This record gives sequence, structure tokens and C-alpha cells, in this order.
Amino acid sequence: MINLELPQKLTQVQQMAQQLASGVFRPISRKYDAIEHCETPEELKPVAQMMASMGRGPKGKAGHSDEIRNGANMMGIMGVEAMCWGDVGLMLSIPGSGLGNAAVTAVGTAEQKEKYGKLYCAMAITEPGAGSDSAAISTTAELDGDEWVLNGEKIYCTGGQRCDAVVVWATLDKSLGKAAIKSFIVPRDNPGMSLVRVEDKMGLRVSDTAALSLNQCRIPRDHILGSPEIADSEEARKKAFGGVMQTFDNTRPQVAAMALGVARAALEITREIYEKEGVKADFSKLPYNASARELELYRLEADLEAARLMTLKAAWMADNGQPNSKDASMCKAKAGRMGNDVTLKCVALCGELGYSERTLLEKLARDSKIIDIFEGTQQIQQLIVARHLLGLSSKELK
Amino acid sequence: MSEELFDLTLNEEQRITRENMQRFVRDSLAPAARQADDEASLDTSLVSAIHDFGLALMPVPEALGGVGLARSPLSNALACEDLGAGDMSLTLAALQPMAAVNALVDFGNEMQQEQWLPQLAAEQWCAAAIALLEPRATFEPTELHTRAIFSGDQVTLEGRKSLIAAGKECQWFIVIAATDQGAGAFIVPADTAGVTVSQEQNMGLRSAGLCTLKLDAVTVPRSHQLPNFDLQRLLGLAWIGQCALAVGCCQAILDYAIPYTKDRKAFGEPIAWRQSVAFMVADIAIELEGMRLMMWRAASRAEQGLPFYREAYLAQLQCMEKAMTIGTNGIQLFGGAGFVRDYPLEMWYRNLRSIAVLHGSLMV
Repeated sequence: MINLELPQKLTQVQQMAQQLASGVFRPISRKYDAIEHCETPEELKPVAQMMASMGRGPKGKAGHSDEIRNGANMMGIMGVEAMCWGDVGLMLSIPGSGLGNAAVTAVGTAEQKEKYGKLYCAMAITEPGAGSDSAAISTTAELDGDEWVLNGEKIYCTGGQRCDAVVVWATLDKSLGKAAIKSFIVPRDNPGMSLVRVEDKMGLRVSDTAALSLNQCRIPRDHILGSPEIADSEEARKKAFGGVMQTFDNTRPQVAAMALGVARAALEITREIYEKEGVKADFSKLPYNASARELELYRLEADLEAARLMTLKAAWMADNGQPNSKDASMCKAKAGRMGNDVTLKCVALCGELGYSERTLLEKLARDSKIIDIFEGTQQIQQLIVARHLLGLSSKELK
Repeated sequence: MSEELFDLTLNEEQRITRENMQRFVRDSLAPAARQADDEASLDTSLVSAIHDFGLALMPVPEALGGVGLARSPLSNALACEDLGAGDMSLTLAALQPMAAVNALVDFGNEMQQEQWLPQLAAEQWCAAAIALLEPRATFEPTELHTRAIFSGDQVTLEGRKSLIAAGKECQWFIVIAATDQGAGAFIVPADTAGVTVSQEQNMGLRSAGLCTLKLDAVTVPRSHQLPNFDLQRLLGLAWIGQCALAVGCCQAILDYAIPYTKDRKAFGEPIAWRQSVAFMVADIAIELEGMRLMMWRAASRAEQGLPFYREAYLAQLQCMEKAMTIGTNGIQLFGGAGFVRDYPLEMWYRNLRSIAVLHGSLMV
């Protein structure tokens, strides 16, 4: 039955996350934006414990049952959206919420999940010479007896300073392309892996974005995620790398949800300010008969609604075992650009109040930009969507 | 908050209906759209074929010749979406009686329903339409210039209404006019003295038989006023209907552009291999998806009896802007070929502009 309203179990998740966001995140949002570099904020430690005790919610079994599910993926959307309404940087700084955790959960063995699932796992993909083109990474992994030896430079690793372990992407043989790229779990204090620096950024300041160096970094043989085999046929190669990329089908809607939260925050603050100044925006007139301020607000709310529903759809598909690669990229593309557009326009719509640090609008506008970049830029999402729609390979549509 | 799960699965009946409609669109409606546009007149055989799906009959009580099902804005919206992929223009005309039936069922009393519904529930397509829009740039539904003046048992209507699809064929109109108590709805038979219907030529929707309705001291019995009229409900449900048409048309553009851009070669390779082209295709799909889900949400809220005015308003705003971007980019992808009339793209572009202009017509 077509129903785009949320059941109680999802709105409850949202309400809980929203309480956390308004009670814990909002009051310290400015403080940590100003501090920028620090260890894990004290205020987040009880949050991490609480989340660990809740677990990651009931898992949506990817099965063939006819019953419709609103499971873990959708709950994730609700939680992430509401927490990012509070502060996206703080949400990313909660120990245990790393992208690496998603990878371990998605492809890890039972032992790996047991050992690392509850730790804070960051993900290190980007290198100075390889960003969106993740197949071009040049960090190497070589098997030496019962150990893998990793060498290379990683940058823009979210949580790379504060995490317990890093999921590092490395190639077993660069000449073999995508198929030879594997990911490895490297404990943060493992000899051979060192913190080079933590970046200074426009926004998302409380979240630590680290550069890491791997120099003869040795880890046990069983620390590889997935199979160590290098696929030999074109088909198998695609499949193997596809497996690595599959993590993103689940994480992209979650990142899209970050943009939803940030945009909703900006729109709510704008509406509060407008209320005080007598701008109603109550849908009482047709768009073109409304004031310019009202019309712009309506447009932004409409665009948020489009992105929100697309994100829910992509997560719903994942919960129901439907292939959602295209939809995951579609919602990430839409939400990423929407979040940036909405927050920037809200600054403009509120004039000095928007630009001033007295409200959160300027901060939201600084934070929103990265959401259209990390976890696949706007353009990478468009590329993925276009290849799906047009049935073109990466050789045809470069 | 609801106990129902978020779900995008069509039920069995919706699925079968969609299959039938999509087949009709592919085999009959889409191939006829261009000629109908050229002729700029209503093709009654196609309109009858759309009527045969029985959308107008569904909520009409069995005793009055209908099917007697509950009102279903969602099923109607899905139908508009499918038919809109074939032709917005003929669909708009063909479904005017459906809109009139819905208005009578939602806003009329039993006596009015008994008097006016049976002829629309007949096997033969018979037209009636809602007349809200007025020919002013600053038209505002809450500030109508068409006035209703009560005097004893009579009410006199004075004003102009525009963009009424199938206007020439209409047996009666539901005229929305200002009263001292806000907007009211009045049934006005087409043969009432002072009623003039004249066909207009417009940028698009040329086969919909769009007309202007002139009311010069038109007097009807007071009993012709629909007692339960709700302007926001009319506006909301009609926005959903026209958003559904736009979603269908934009889907047609996407489906048409994909094979073309893969086939058309420039600089030695298909243009779809270029990011500037491929990203335009991707953005059509992305914005279309947002439009569709917003329209579905508003329709599903209406179906469940939840408030839906805000959702319909936002869907309408999103569709009127994004659908036009899709319409213009559809032509852009085809270049000069999109501009010439051998292809349907320029017709879709002209038809899609109407979404920003229509109000209160296609009540689902």
C-alpha cells in the first residue's frame, strides 16, 4: 500500500535523536566549532555508551519474504537526520559511528565484527593523488608470511585522529586495477601507522579530518576485509570492486540524511526569525502572489521534501532487499546539493542575522558544503546515476 | 504518526490498472498526441477511450449508475501519471468529468448528486468541468473577481473563467465564485442565459479544447450551490492531478531521451558518453523522482484522510519549476531536432508550461 508517512517506530527513533540533538549537541555546537581541534568531546562519551547499549537497531534481513519492512536503514535515516539537525560535526564525532564501522558490518567476518564492530572505525580511502577516482589508489598491501605490510599516504580520513581502528583501502597489485583493491583493518596504535596532521576546515570543525602515513605497517593476515583473491576475469573484477563499493549503497542514504538534518535546522531557524519579524509563509496565497521571502522559503521547503522522500525511498529499498545503487546515488546527489542550497539561501534570507555568529545559520552553511563532497561528490553521484540510466560502462561514460 | 509502514508498493489492483493504462498509452494515446495537437481540437474518440477506464464512475453510487467505490485520490493520481505520459492535453480534457464527479461527491448534497451525477456515469463520455481560474496575471483563489449575488431563491453569477478543458462540450460547470462567506461553488448548466463559452488558442494543451467561460448576469437556483465546498481541498486535489500529469510527461521525456542520446553521434561517439549530456539525463531522473514522491505523498495523505494542503502546495511548486526544467532540457538534449515538430519534445515543453498556470481543474 502506498504510504509515505512514517510509522510510530520510526518517529520514535527520530524523537529520541532529536532530544539528544537539542539537549546535548545544540548547546555545545558553537563551543566546539571555535575550539576545532581536540580529543573526543567529553559530552559525547555518554552518547556513545548509550548508542552502544541500544545496538544498531533490529537488522533488516535481506530476504525474500513478501512482508514490507521499515528496518535498520530507515531507522538510521531518522537518527542521522535528527542528530544532524543538532550538529553534523558532533554526530560524526560520536565514537563508534565511523564509516569504517559500516564497512566492517557490511563485509566483515564474524570474528572481525566481534572484535572491531563495537570500536570506532574510521575509513581511509582518499590519497593525495586519488580522490573520487578510488580505483587509482596507490597505497600498497603486500603479504609477508602471516602479515600484511601496508605502505602509503592517506588523507581526509574522518575520525582518523580519535578512532580505535582504520579501515584502509590498499592495492595488492596496482597493475591489476580495481579488482586488486582490498580493505584492511588497522588498529589506530599499530606500529607503522602515524598521524601526519589534522586538517583545518571551513566547517565540520569538531570532526577530526586526519592525514595518516603508513610506513611498513604490519597487520595480521586475518585483518583483510573480504576475500584476498584477485578476480581474473573482467566480470569477476567488476564484481569484486562492486562488492567494495556496495558499502556505499547503504551509507549514501545515511549521508544524504545528514543534509536533510542540516537543511531542516536552517529552515526552522529562518522560520523562527521570520515569525518574529512578521513574515508568515503560511501557504495562504499562490506562490507568485506571496512575497519574495515567502516564495523562497516555500521553494526551499519543497526541495527539502523532495530530497527527504528520495532518501527514505533509497533506505526503504535497502531494508526490503531491493537493489538500490541508483536510488542511493540519486538521493545523495539531490540531498547534497539541496542541503548546500538551502543553508546558503537561509543565510541570505535572514540578512545580518544569518551572517552573524549569533545564530547557527552561517555555521550550517559552512557545514553543509562537505556533504555534497564526501561519500562521493555530486558529480560522482551524477555519473553513477547516468551510467545506470543509460546502461553505459565506465569505459563508455568516463 | 501512523501505524502503517512507509511503503511504495502498488497494490494488486493498482498494478493491473497501471499495466492496462500503460499499454493503452503506448498503443493508442501517445501515437495520437501529435496529430491532435496539430488539429488543435478535441478528438472525441480518444477522449472516449480514456473515459472507458471508468475513472469518473468509481465514486458514483451504484444507484446512480456508478461503481460505488470509496473516493480514491491516489488511484486517480496514478492514472493521471500514466495517462500524462501519453498526452497531458487529451487526458486533461477526458478527465474533466471525473473532476466534476469528484467535486459533486465531496462537496454536493444527495439531491444534487442524484440530479447531476447519472449523466456523467453514462457509458458515453459526457463533459462537465470545474471553473475556478480567471484571466488575470495576479489571479488568487481566495480573491475571486467572479461574484455570486444572492437574491431570494436565486443566485446571480457575474465574471469570467478560463482554461476550462473540453469547455465547448460541457453540459454544466461548477463555477467557483466569491460570496460574502468566502468562495462558493455553483452548478451552472451550459445552456443558462448569459453563459458564453469561447474556445481559446494557447501555447500548449491545444487538443484539450481549452475555453473561456463568460458569465453575464447568469442566474441559477440557490439550490445549485454545493453546501460542503472546501476551496483548499479543491486546490490541493487539483494540484495533485496536474502534478501527476507533469510527472507522466517528464517520464516520457526521460524515456525518449535515453535511447536518442545513446544513438546520436557527435565527434565520433554517442553524445550520451559525454558528461555534459549524461549529467543532464541524470538530473532529469533525479528531479523527476522528487516530483513523483512529493505528488504520491500528497495523494496518499488525501487518500488516508490526513491533511494534505501543504504537501500538495509544495508538490505543485516543485513540479511547476522542475517539470519545466525537464521540459526545456528535453529539447536541449535533442538540439535542433527537439525544436522541430517531427519529435514530440517541443509539444511536451509547451504542455508542461501549463502546470504553473492551471488551478482547480483536474480534481483527483
